[in-house]
Formats: sequence, C-alpha cells, structure tokens
Amino acid sequence: MGEHHGPAKGLTRWLYTTNHKDIGSMYLWFSFAMFLLGGVFALVIRAELFEPGLQLVDPGFFNQMTTMHGLVMVFGAVMPAFVGLANWLIPMMIGAPDMALPRMNNWSFWILPFAFALMVSTLFMDGGGPNFGWTFYAPLSTEYAPPSVTFFIFAVHIMGASSIMGAINVIATILNMRAPGMTLMKMPLFVWTWLITAYLLIAVMPVLAGVVTMMLFDIHFGTSFFDAAGGGDPVLFQHVFWFFGHPEVYIMILPAFGIASAIIPTFARKPLFGYASMVYATASIAILSFIVWAHHMFTVGIPLAGELFFMYATMLIAVPTGVKVFNWVTTMFRGSITFETPMLFSIAFVILFTIGGLSGLMLAIAPADFQYHDTYFVVAHFHYVLVPGAIFSIFAAVYYWLPKWSGHYVNETLGKTHFWLSFVGLNITFFPMHFVGLAGMPRRIPDYALQFADFNMISTVGAFIFGFSQVFFLFVVVKTIRDGKKADAQVWEGAEGLEWTVESPAPYHTFSTPPKV
Amino acid sequence: MFKKRLFSGLGAITASSTALAEDAQRWGVNMTEGVTDVSREIYGLHMDIFWWCVGIGVVVFGVMFYSMFKHRRSVRKESATFHENTLLEIIWTVIPVIILVIMAIPATTTLERIYDTADADIDIQVTGYQWKWRYEYMGEDLSFFSNLRTSQDEITGRSQKGEHYLLEVDEPLVVPTGQKIRFIINAADVIHAWWVPALAVKKDAIPGYNNEAWTTINEPGIYRGQCAELCGRDHGFMPIVVHAMEPADYERWLADKREEAAVLRELMAQTFTFEELMTRGEGVYQRMCVACHGANGEGGVGKAIAGSPVATGDINAHLDLLVNGVNGTAMQAFGEQLNDLDMAAVLTYTRTAFGNNMGDSLQAVDVYQFKAAQ
Ligand code: HEC
Ligand SMILES: [Cu+2]
Repeated sequence: MGEHHGPAKGLTRWLYTTNHKDIGSMYLWFSFAMFLLGGVFALVIRAELFEPGLQLVDPGFFNQMTTMHGLVMVFGAVMPAFVGLANWLIPMMIGAPDMALPRMNNWSFWILPFAFALMVSTLFMDGGGPNFGWTFYAPLSTEYAPPSVTFFIFAVHIMGASSIMGAINVIATILNMRAPGMTLMKMPLFVWTWLITAYLLIAVMPVLAGVVTMMLFDIHFGTSFFDAAGGGDPVLFQHVFWFFGHPEVYIMILPAFGIASAIIPTFARKPLFGYASMVYATASIAILSFIVWAHHMFTVGIPLAGELFFMYATMLIAVPTGVKVFNWVTTMFRGSITFETPMLFSIAFVILFTIGGLSGLMLAIAPADFQYHDTYFVVAHFHYVLVPGAIFSIFAAVYYWLPKWSGHYVNETLGKTHFWLSFVGLNITFFPMHFVGLAGMPRRIPDYALQFADFNMISTVGAFIFGFSQVFFLFVVVKTIRDGKKADAQVWEGAEGLEWTVESPAPYHTFSTPPKV
Repeated sequence: MFKKRLFSGLGAITASSTALAEDAQRWGVNMTEGVTDVSREIYGLHMDIFWWCVGIGVVVFGVMFYSMFKHRRSVRKESATFHENTLLEIIWTVIPVIILVIMAIPATTTLERIYDTADADIDIQVTGYQWKWRYEYMGEDLSFFSNLRTSQDEITGRSQKGEHYLLEVDEPLVVPTGQKIRFIINAADVIHAWWVPALAVKKDAIPGYNNEAWTTINEPGIYRGQCAELCGRDHGFMPIVVHAMEPADYERWLADKREEAAVLRELMAQTFTFEELMTRGEGVYQRMCVACHGANGEGGVGKAIAGSPVATGDINAHLDLLVNGVNGTAMQAFGEQLNDLDMAAVLTYTRTAFGNNMGDSLQAVDVYQFKAAQ
C-alpha cells in the first residue's frame, strides 16, 4: 500500500494524536512520572519511620502520604503503564494498523493528567488531601473526611472513565482487528491477559464509580448509605469497595503474566509451556477474583458461613496461580537460557511474585488472618506482588521492547545495574516488613513501639536504594533513546511474534495491510 | 577455684542469654504464640501453612535454579522443544488442591471455635473513640476510658522513650484469668479495630455494629496491643493494655473500683472551693485536652483556649460545648467521658487559666442539672 504521512510536528502532535504508538508513549511517560511522584510520597513515609518518634511530619500529613502513595501508584503508575504497553503492543502483536477507536484513545489518555492534577492539588487545600488510606473506608472518608474529598471523588470518576474507555478500546481492537489467521488461541499471551483484564475493568470500574458517588451523596446530599446513625451501614462500603478492589489487584497483575509469558520463552529459547492452560488459568483467576472480595474483611464480623466461603474461595485461587508459575518454570527447564536484562527482571518476577503469592496463601487462612490483618505482614505481601510483580514486569517489558520502540539497543551493563540495584533495594525494603508484621506492627502508623525499630531502619535504607535506582532507570532509558546502538528488526534472536517482523524503530504506521499469520 | 570459675561462667551465660532474649524481642521475626488456647491454635496453623509454603518454595525455586545453572546457554547450546503435557498440568493442579484441603480442615475447626461466643462468664463492652478505648463491665456499673499514657515529650524526642513506648495506657483493661470473657465491640465515630496479639483477638469496632469476640486467658500478665484499623490522625496512638489477674486479685480490683465509685459519688455531692476546682481542673486538662489544645491553651488540632470566645463567654454555652462537643470536628462530646465533677473542674480551670481570667466556676451539681435538663 501507498505512503503514509508521518507524525505531525510540535506540541499538537501529542495533543491531537490518534496514533497508538504516540498514545502508548504518552501513557508510559505519564506513568513513569507518577511512579516517581508516588515514590517520593513513599520516601516521606519511610523517612518518618526511620526511627521511633515523630521526626519529620505531622501524623495527619503522614496519613495523606500513605493515601496518596497508594492512589498514585495504583491508578497513576501501574494501570496507565499497562495501558501504555497495550497501546504499543496489542496492534503490533495482532497485526492491526492501530487501536479500534483511536479518537477515544486520545481522550482516555488526555483526561488522566487532569485527574491527577486535581487529586494531587488536594494536598494544598485547606484541611489537606485525602487522609483515609487508598481504601477510603467510610465514615472516615465521608463524615470525618477533609473538605477536599469532593475533589478526590471527582478525580476517581475521571480515572475510572479513562480506564473504562481504555478497556473498551482494547476489547474492540482484539475482537475485531486481528490479522487473518490470528485465531484467538494463536494470540500472544500478553494479548490474552489484556483481553481478560479489559473485561475485569469494565466489570468493576463502574462499581468504584458507584461507591464514590454514594460517598458524594452522603457528604453533600444528606443520604446515609454508610452512616450508621442515619440507618446506613459502614460495612456496605467495604463490600462494594472490595467488589471493585479485589478484581483490581488482578487488573494490576494479569498483564504482567502476559509479559513474563512473552519474555521467558525468548531467553529460554523454548516455546512457552502449556499455552492453553495459561489461557484457562488466567480466565479462572479472573472469574474467581469476583468471589473472594471479603477476604479483605475477615475481621469485620461477617457470619461464620460467609467467612468459610471466602476462605475456601480464596485458597482456590492458589491453584490457577500455581499452574502459571509451574508453566514458567517448566518453560525454563531444559531450555538454553541467557540472562539479558528483560530475562533477569522476569526471573525475579517469577521468584518474588511467588513469594508474594505464598504469603497470600497464608493470609487466606482466615483464623491466621486475624493475626496478620492490617499489619505490616499484609504490607509486605502486597508489595511483593505489586513491586516485583507489576512493576518488575513493566521494567522487563520496557527493556524487552524499547529497542523496537526507539530503534536502539539498551546497554546491557546499565540495564543489569538497574536490575541489581532494584532487586537488592526491594528486598531490603520489603522483606523485613514480614517480620515486623508478624511481631505485631500495625500498618498506617507514623510512629511505633521500640521493638520494631531495627527492621524499620533497614526497610528505610532499602527504600532509598530502591527509590534512587529508579532515577538511574530514567537515565538508562533516555540514554538508550538518545544514543543507543542501532537495533535490528529481530531484536532478540529467540523472540517470536509479529512485532519483530517490522523494522526497529517500528514505523509510525504498521500493518496497514494485514500480515499473513 | 574451679567452683568459682564455674559460677562466673554460668553467670556470664545467663547474662548473655537474657541479652539474647531481649534481642529476640527486638529482632522479633515471628508471630507470638500468645497465652490462650485459641492463640496457640492460630500459631499452629500459621506455622503449618508457613512450612507448606517453604516446601512449595523449595521445590519450585529448586527446579528454577537447577534450570538456571544446568540449562544455561553456555552449558546447553540446544534447547528442548516440548511445550505441552496434559498429565503434568493435571498433577500440578491436583497436588495443590490436596494441600489446600489439608490446610482447610484445621482452619475450619479453629474458625468455628473462634466464632463460638456463647456461655461467657464476663461481658465487656469495648468502644472505640478517636483516639481512645472505653471499657464497660456489663452488669457491674463500671466503665472507664483508656488513653495513651506516653508523653508528648517522648514522642517528639524531647525525653527518653520508655520501655513500653506507645504501648502504655492510663487505665488498662483488667480481666481475670481462666474465665471466658466476651467482648462486645463497637465504635462511636469511625471504624477502629481492637487487637491484642497475645490473645489473638482482632475485631473491627464499627459504628452501628455490636461485634463479638471472646478469650480465655491462661496466664496472668500484661498484654499489649493497638488499634489496627486506620481511624484518623492519631490512629497510631490508641494502644490497648490488658492486665490479666488471678480471679481473686480481680475480685479485689473490682472491690477497689466500687469503693472509688462510692467515694466519687460522695465527692460529687460536696461543694468545692474555687482553688480545689482549679487544681482538679488542671489535672483533667492535662489528661484529656492537652493533646489538641496545647499546654498553654494555644491550640493545635483544636482551637486556642487562651482568649477563646467560648471560654470567655457565656458559661452555659461553654458547658454545652464541652458536654455535646462540636459536631463533625475532633471536639468530642465530653459529657459521657468526664464525670460531672471533672467537667465542672475543667470548665472552671479553662475559664481562668491561660490569661482568660473569668474567675467564675460551676459545681458538679450544676453539670448534673444541665445534663438532666437536656
Ligand atoms: C481530639 C482533639 C480535641 C480534644 C481532646 C479536645 N478538644 Fe476541644 N476542640 C477541638 C477542636 C477541633 C475544636 C474546634 C471545633 C470547631 O471547629 O469549632 C475544639 C474546640 C474547643 C472549644 C471551643 C473553642 C472556641 O473558641 O471555639 C473549647 C472551649 C474546647 N474545645 C475545650 C476542650 C476541653 C476542655 C477539652 C478537654 C476536656 C477538649 N477541648 C478536648 C479538639 C479537641
Ligand atoms: Cu482507632
């Protein structure tokens, strides 16, 4: 087919673009900016916890930091990063020219910066920003919230709208725009996991919108959904929130499964083991994720039958998750493995995510959860699944596909340095949290009893190592884009998939005529 | 000579082993076994599932590291090509299911036990407030608040932190050992969670709910815990202390409390001089108000008391504010937290201290009448 125009010039290129690669890049840069911002909040928290006593910040501000750290990392860093990857990769992986709904794509990105500007601006408002934790339990987030909560609600609405539009786009693209011959069961797993993730998003983001709207009504229009004094129910809030919140944690991990399933076979030089079982396992995890929400609420006093149901259902999730891990390990078994940066991040992903999964299994045991719940053990658990889970998979993806995006190879020494710094920093930060949690330290406290002092000091040191390694990551990426070695089309010798059939950097428009599969 | 050396050697060993014990407390890495049958059961479950996880980890990571060493490029040029095996997939689906069933059975029994709150010997109502706990011994006409005792100076580092930093209260919950105690747990404002690790009791305190939990403590001792659910600014500063005593000691403690109450009732009927009210009021202020209003009434979380239009205005409006609080702010209704005498005293004190110089006062009976008229 004929020539295509290249990108427009100047700022309007980015403002008006409907190109999936431009939008993908913007999502990724935005998410990285949010990652650094959320990281700064985390470092404020860790600095205050360096030793017992109140040193740096007021407890009220500390609560704003824990809240903002969570919200920014979940909604600003992890989710947009995956949407960015979806934008860049899904059309290229299925042989489509672009996303199915390009104008909506532009819109779903561009409302995000406004949502976050609004949310972060609450920190400067009278009474401060949201201070009720990223789970914003009522009535702390309604009757007792600072006035800025209304802006928080509005920001969440915008983020939700953005996510829903992104999800619709992913589904429309995957179901309608696959190249001839690209049957569903031939799709790369990244595409599969994103398809399932997109359905999860469409199912639960409206629930989140619903719960914040109920809050809005309680705060401004005199309803009492969550106000016991008015006949409402604070526990209802938690049920609705976690009906969104539990699938949400899978939204943050399923695409990561897809990434690992792309990278590990490449560097093991062996096809992914159990492709079909991977697809089924992902689907079962997604379905189960709708019936386990109350395992976040084992201590609210749900009846014994409910407690048992949610305990069994939660334990069951370990089965498909185990299948995935076993498949990755078997993919490596009797391969011919090399350890380039993306592979290092992927191996660390499998190991550390498994550790997070195992502590999750411990948390599923409801009676034991009475001791774990709301302690640093939980903090350790979800940081193990989110940092070396979601974040490491995103790093792996960037190192793996950056040559394709930018046309330049990443310097392996720099990449590996970033890996080892992150790996060490992360474990120093989060491993000791298991110990203080088991020893009885509650989460979300600005000051703690003396017996927790030593491990907290270690965690803080690790957090600063981890934090500053991410500035180094920025340096590595910029250096690669600026003056990395020129990359070939087939960036990695063992890699398979349509994206490697186009030159590097990928042209502005790819697959204007569908490839043959 | 030998004997002497033996003894000094033993001394050194005991000394170092107590140091070790302290270290273990500092470098605590595991859940407490606790002092109740339930807490031991939970500890057992925790260790079982932990060892299962270790086992799974050893197998999975073992295969992984084996592959990483034996099947790396420099050792194996050619990779195998197998990529499917239904039998294997079935095996690694079924084995985890079996492990889960093995774990689920004891977990279910323990859970049933935890939920069996029937036939308690003592009922105690636990209420969470921002940021303190209130305990009411049902059927005893006995209730009190339990506040953090650690001083602001320790928290801000102006003085040495004590041994039980942040885990000490002015008035602990006192309970007898060997009796089944049922806690009925709720909250007055936001959600809190009452948690004492040694008892393995953690239950959310939720406005509008009466959650139940129970414990039977085997060993006398002092057990410390904290609020476990984020409840606002001072969530980290509302500890729990449970003092478990032999039943006989507990009875003595109860008798003392009854006596105290009787003395207080007598006091309430008396008339106090202005100076007496001032002294008493200062104590109440230091205990109940200083955290929000500052040592010199300069304010903080709360508005300034020094020069406050309320504290220098109409005395009944002032009393009304103290009794009923200011809705939707951190200024709570102190009507149920302070007895009438303390209320009168703190009111009198704050009207004259901090340069307010009003010089007027109320008696306990005035507070009583005000409340009764409400
Ligand atoms: C948890 C924090 C907190 C505690 C403890 C507290 N207050 Fe307050 N207090 C406040 C806040 C906040 C306000 C301001 C309420 C408002 O916005 O009108 C306030 C207001 C007041 C006022 C009215 C000031 C004015 O000029 O409007 C008085 C009087 C007062 N408090 C007395 C007390 C006394 C006496 C105690 C101890 C028995 C006490 N407070 C304990 C937080 C607290
Ligand atoms: Cu609390």
